[in-house]
Amino acid sequence: MVIFVASALTYLLLVWAGGAIEWLEVVIAIVFGGLMAVMARRWNPDITLRHSWLNPIRLARFVVYLFGPFLFALIQANLDVAMRVITGKINPGIVRIPTGLNGDGALTLLANSITLTPGTLTVDANDKSRELYIHWINVTNEKPGAEDICGTFPKWARRIAE
Amino acid sequence: MVFAIGILLGIGLIFNVLGTISLYRFPDVYTRLHGTTKCTTFGSLFTSAAVVVYGLSRYFDGYDGRFVTLSLHVVVAILALLISNATGAHALARASHRSGIMPLYAVVDHLAEDEKNKGGRIS
Amino acid sequence: MTTEALFSYAAVVLGLAALVMLGRLIAGPTLADRAVALDAMNTLVVALMILLSVIFDSIVMVDVAIVYAGLSFVGTMFIARYLEGSM
Repeated sequence: MVIFVASALTYLLLVWAGGAIEWLEVVIAIVFGGLMAVMARRWNPDITLRHSWLNPIRLARFVVYLFGPFLFALIQANLDVAMRVITGKINPGIVRIPTGLNGDGALTLLANSITLTPGTLTVDANDKSRELYIHWINVTNEKPGAEDICGTFPKWARRIAE
Repeated sequence: MVFAIGILLGIGLIFNVLGTISLYRFPDVYTRLHGTTKCTTFGSLFTSAAVVVYGLSRYFDGYDGRFVTLSLHVVVAILALLISNATGAHALARASHRSGIMPLYAVVDHLAEDEKNKGGRIS
Repeated sequence: MTTEALFSYAAVVLGLAALVMLGRLIAGPTLADRAVALDAMNTLVVALMILLSVIFDSIVMVDVAIVYAGLSFVGTMFIARYLEGSM
């Protein structure tokens, strides 16, 4: 259902050319959305997206997150990497952090955010113990907690996607 | 308006060129992934933001609907780029660790230790 | 200087950066290095297409860029699966 709504809306957004939408395009959008939903259900029967992704409060929180802490961390990350490119000073290593998140969507969001934020890159994830393995370009602490690396991101991920 | 577009394009180009340099300056796969993923994503974000600003300014000049369509499509392209770049970098990092490339100059590697303790792949 | 000229200079610089990445694509010591260079080149080509859509005044090129981003993502995923050895 989530996949159906998302693909139909994306199709309508891409064919919308400033004026009214023809009814034929709406029919095509519904057909393609249904096709995508059926294919996703057929190839990945285990993975189910929950309806909480359509909750407007969560979507609003996601937009706030995208333009607030995430954008700030992205700018900081790029200045950091730019300095390292120029000076060539690195001290890398792979560390393990516990996340304490339960949902798969929340873990995916956190892993993607970590990849785009200062000096860190997600290498592997352990589904059972909910831990992430992170390549850290400047290791200052060999046994870090979640706060050392990603700041307030786990809290945001829990509030958006759990 | 030309001034704002010029500044956005300039920032984007600086970061894209830094990403290109990082490909040659860093020693191993993981650090190169750091440089290219962050810098090229951020730089492309800014050059595309310049296109969005251009489309909106042209729209307010003559109220031509084509330029709103241009800006909307560029925003969709930016979102696709953000999601696919982060996930692709994660996939490449995991694949190169599993294919046996160890990080150079690493001070600590918990993943390799855990894999050795377990005698196989994590997850 | 007109805005379109500004965009074309930026497109030239982006194209040159993508060409420079070709060096790492050819000389990379391991297969993973080449995959990283290819991924970065794809990102630059998407940004270049978005700039060219302004220069040539055609919206269709942005749609091509969206499809190219999706296809490059699928390509990166398949290269990663191949490197893991599960294919």
